[in-house]
Amino acid sequence: MSKPVIATTSLAGCFGCHMSFLDIDERILDLIELVEFNKSPIDDIKSFTKDCDIGLIEGGCCNTENIHILKEFRKKCKILVSFGECAIMGGLPAMRNDIPVKECLAEAYLSGPSTVNEEGILPNDEELPIILDKVYPCHEIVKMDYHLPGCPPRADLIWEVLHALILDVDIDLPYELIKYD
Amino acid sequence: MEKKIAHFTIDNKECTATTGVSIINAARENGIFIPTLCHYEGVKPAGSCRVCTVKVNKRHLTACTTPVAEGMEIEVDTAELNDLRSSVIELLFTEGNHYCPACEKSGNCELQALAYRFGIMAPRFPYQFNERDVDASHPKIYHDHNRCILCKRCIRIIKDEKDLPAGSQGRSIFAFNQRAKKVKIKLDDRLGKELSDELAQKAMDICPVGSILVKETGFKTPIGQRKFDKEAISLDNSINLKAMKEAHHE
Repeated sequence: MSKPVIATTSLAGCFGCHMSFLDIDERILDLIELVEFNKSPIDDIKSFTKDCDIGLIEGGCCNTENIHILKEFRKKCKILVSFGECAIMGGLPAMRNDIPVKECLAEAYLSGPSTVNEEGILPNDEELPIILDKVYPCHEIVKMDYHLPGCPPRADLIWEVLHALILDVDIDLPYELIKYD
Repeated sequence: MEKKIAHFTIDNKECTATTGVSIINAARENGIFIPTLCHYEGVKPAGSCRVCTVKVNKRHLTACTTPVAEGMEIEVDTAELNDLRSSVIELLFTEGNHYCPACEKSGNCELQALAYRFGIMAPRFPYQFNERDVDASHPKIYHDHNRCILCKRCIRIIKDEKDLPAGSQGRSIFAFNQRAKKVKIKLDDRLGKELSDELAQKAMDICPVGSILVKETGFKTPIGQRKFDKEAISLDNSINLKAMKEAHHE
């Protein structure tokens, strides 16, 4: 039987959740025995080369590219996991959600105290993804199967959950592992 | 007056308590925890959060406002009621803007502790991202309206008791301002100016979320040593136990 395949990505996140993933330390050697990685910053595969079993999503959706990638993950992965506070509720990027996008862009590109932009141009290249009206949690865009809270999710939580998903067994998570910060 | 003893059941367990005490306290006397949020021992219950909802003779009632009586059949720890409590907590999480990673109260927050206790991984309701502001104008405290759950604890508990005739209740230093969706907690202009350090600290301590914070004291306790880091909220560590002990000392 071939190994289960894992894909991961960071949308509107800070890569902290991926860092926490690496905090499983030497267990990563066990993980490599158990699974194969596909599209992920961990092995630097940029696009899907096959269908995957588990997709880990860090970060919420703040622009059209995030939505595109998230939908692609939904198509390619059997199980999709929201991984960290940003994927679950938007997290710190969502702090802009009660500010109109126009004001956010003006603060960043026009009126910020350290900004030099004499022509007053906002980023408008057609290659750039378009920023959304607000930052959306992943489960408000596509169906997510599991949620792992934490900022970042504890390494032990990531390990326990991945291990259980790979081996298809039930788990009883200890109280200390589920934290929102 | 002679105290009358009531006989009742909680989840089919035979219990007794003094007639007239709240169901929360009657349950506590029998070693049973009913999750609460807005309730604070010693002040008049508000029944505003509905987290302590129990079933009494098949009807939903709040345990903080309902006195126990002879023959009651009370349900507390059932799947249906726990799901109802969980939904109330999820509503609070989606209605306000609760960024736990950036909150000083995280780890000591009762709303968060209840969410942990109920094992909430993500809320079932869509996030509202309502526009709320932070009021940092007071010299001693911040008021973060993003996190306020309008439980009225600060209104009910923090009172100005200077120069008052004996027996009177004291004036509330905090109050509701405006109505409906716009309602928010505000400090009284005059009494707020005289807010003592002790009362400011007390206001922070009794706030179940991180809405009232004393300035320049944040993040004192390291992660791992905060109140609810290792222990779930229960009878032994709820704020009401502390309030009860304080009330007995007085």
